[in-house]
Amino acid sequence: MLKSFQRLWALFIKELTQILRDRRTLVLFFLLPLIELFLFAYAISLTVTHLPTAVVDQSLSLDSRNFMRALVNSGNFELTVMLQNEDQVLQAIDSGTVKAGVVIPHDFSGQVLRGKASVLMLLDGSDSFSVVSGYNAALSIAQRYSLDLAAELVQTGSSPQAFNPQVAGLPISTVTRVLYNPDITDLVFILPGLIALIMQIIVVTHSALSIVRERESGTLEQLLSTPARPFEVVIGKLVPGMLVAILDMAVILAIGVYWFHVPFQGSLLTLAGLAIIFIISGMGLGLVISAIARTQRQAQQFTTVIQLLAMLLTGFIYPRTTMPLWTRIIGNLIPMTYFVRVIRGIMTKGVSLNFLWTDSLTLVVYASIALAIAAALSKKRLD
Amino acid sequence: MPDEIVISAQEMVKRFKVRGATVCAVDHISLEVKRGETFGLIGPDGAGKSTTIRVILGLLRRDEGRSSVLGFDSMRDVYSIREHSGYIAQQFTLPADLTVMENLRFFADLHGIPKNQQKHNLAELLKFAGLSGFTSRPAGRLSGGMKKKLALACSLIHQPQVVLLDEPTLGVDPVSRREFWNLLGNLRAEKGLTIFVCTPYMDEAERCNQVGLVYKGRLIARDTPAGIKKMVRGRLLEFKPSKFVPARELMAGMAGVLEVQTYGAMLHIFVDDVQRRQIQIENALGAQGIEWSGMRVIEPRMEEAFISLVTRQEAVDKNGE
Repeated sequence: MLKSFQRLWALFIKELTQILRDRRTLVLFFLLPLIELFLFAYAISLTVTHLPTAVVDQSLSLDSRNFMRALVNSGNFELTVMLQNEDQVLQAIDSGTVKAGVVIPHDFSGQVLRGKASVLMLLDGSDSFSVVSGYNAALSIAQRYSLDLAAELVQTGSSPQAFNPQVAGLPISTVTRVLYNPDITDLVFILPGLIALIMQIIVVTHSALSIVRERESGTLEQLLSTPARPFEVVIGKLVPGMLVAILDMAVILAIGVYWFHVPFQGSLLTLAGLAIIFIISGMGLGLVISAIARTQRQAQQFTTVIQLLAMLLTGFIYPRTTMPLWTRIIGNLIPMTYFVRVIRGIMTKGVSLNFLWTDSLTLVVYASIALAIAAALSKKRLD
Repeated sequence: MPDEIVISAQEMVKRFKVRGATVCAVDHISLEVKRGETFGLIGPDGAGKSTTIRVILGLLRRDEGRSSVLGFDSMRDVYSIREHSGYIAQQFTLPADLTVMENLRFFADLHGIPKNQQKHNLAELLKFAGLSGFTSRPAGRLSGGMKKKLALACSLIHQPQVVLLDEPTLGVDPVSRREFWNLLGNLRAEKGLTIFVCTPYMDEAERCNQVGLVYKGRLIARDTPAGIKKMVRGRLLEFKPSKFVPARELMAGMAGVLEVQTYGAMLHIFVDDVQRRQIQIENALGAQGIEWSGMRVIEPRMEEAFISLVTRQEAVDKNGE
């Protein structure tokens, strides 16, 4: 028992020393996260302003002009052309002269009076940022506008009803984003996902590469020829990576909250606990890669593919609800998918475990499978 | 107990599956190494030397037969073997970014050596390996020879009774090789260490008490170096012909010539009767207008014996098919 601890400690110290001495790993673990954070914070904007917009005003009423003014005043839309009908708008979008079109129906004023107004929004689906951004903007404007309308209607004795823009096929989840992030400040949306992404990069890369490297260089054989137990070797390798990932999470979280004033609504303790489970899940993924990959180069390629999939499919930037089923299934295989929802829930919405239990439970199951894989892979022999 | 058997293998078999086909890497090998002996396993590349050592150590699964180290079964008592033996893997690289001292401490901890004992043990090992002046140098920046010495020091840290070394001097200059073997010699003399070594170098094989020759997974000869050399048939004539290729072809077809080997610009001819065949060879060369120099009878060394035994086995295999 005592010797087992001595061995674990030796393996842990060795791994930590190697991480700290290898400049490339240091850059990967500490500099890259900061670069990504500042890039997302300052350089990359996901919201689109001054979207060129075509308008078909069939109502030609005071109400329709008020609505158009609200769209322009929001800064998200720029009314570039007035058209006669929907077909012309479609042509304009096809030719690329506008990214959005607003069709206000004949009886807009009457609808407003009845509290059941609707406009048609057409958005250029080939440009997903414009779609999401334009939709969110239009929706929040419509909501604000309808609140004004409702207030007026209440005064005249009618029942208040919500404004109802009909935007076919657009995701429900963006509604949530508008709810919790009303100014659509990018970083509030990006930061939790970015933390999840960076943690996953570190954990998966470290656990996959460090084991493949030991095997490739022959040091694994040498370690196995000592009394060190296989699971001690694996644990000794993984724990330092876990510490680095937690440290990174703390640093990015601190910079995000204190420097960029990203709100943190929920419990730090809950987040830390779930983060550890997420880390263990990521390690499992890394171990699977280490078992498949024969060389460090292959392991590197595998982790790159996983990171690419994680960027696209986990809901980090692109909403998962618009995805076809099979891409969502692939996304479900990546532990980050669950943790993105967890960390967003805790940070942005401040919800407790009660609301996150499905994702948390999935992470626990994932982590258990990961540990089982780790145990199965820690063999006392080479074959 | 000088006759105690430290390493033993009986009818040991190891098979690998390579693209659907089964390859027998270790084919019913039996051997015994007594306490204090140095056993050298020689054989061409891919003959199964490394696999033999790995199965004995329990690093690879044994398919048939029995094998043990210090009485511990290779498969059942892996950790007992690992606690009492030292091993240098063929492509052994120490963690390159750890210093000499850190490497030694790392392996000392892995072997569970108490910290208060480590100080004394490590200093002694460093002195023994001639690395006392390099304790803070990263292992990756040591010369090839020093790396091997550090590897040896790391494998001796728990004072094992037996070490198994898989081509420990591969890619090391001759001077460092000699130094390394002198270290092994000291260990053998002072501590009675049992050494099992795989080597491609014939001069190293000469330093062993026992030599086993592996060919295609089988142990085709096992004896003392002198005994192995006696297995060669006939006597050995050496000379340097003026026209190499015609001379070699001429020799190969001649009566009384058992085997022709080339050695640089020299030809090594094994003949059944030196007195008779030397004159016969000289006459034949003269008739073909080939000049020669340095014609003499030499004692076959390990190298000639090795090539001779392997060639003979190849011929047997070919006839068998």
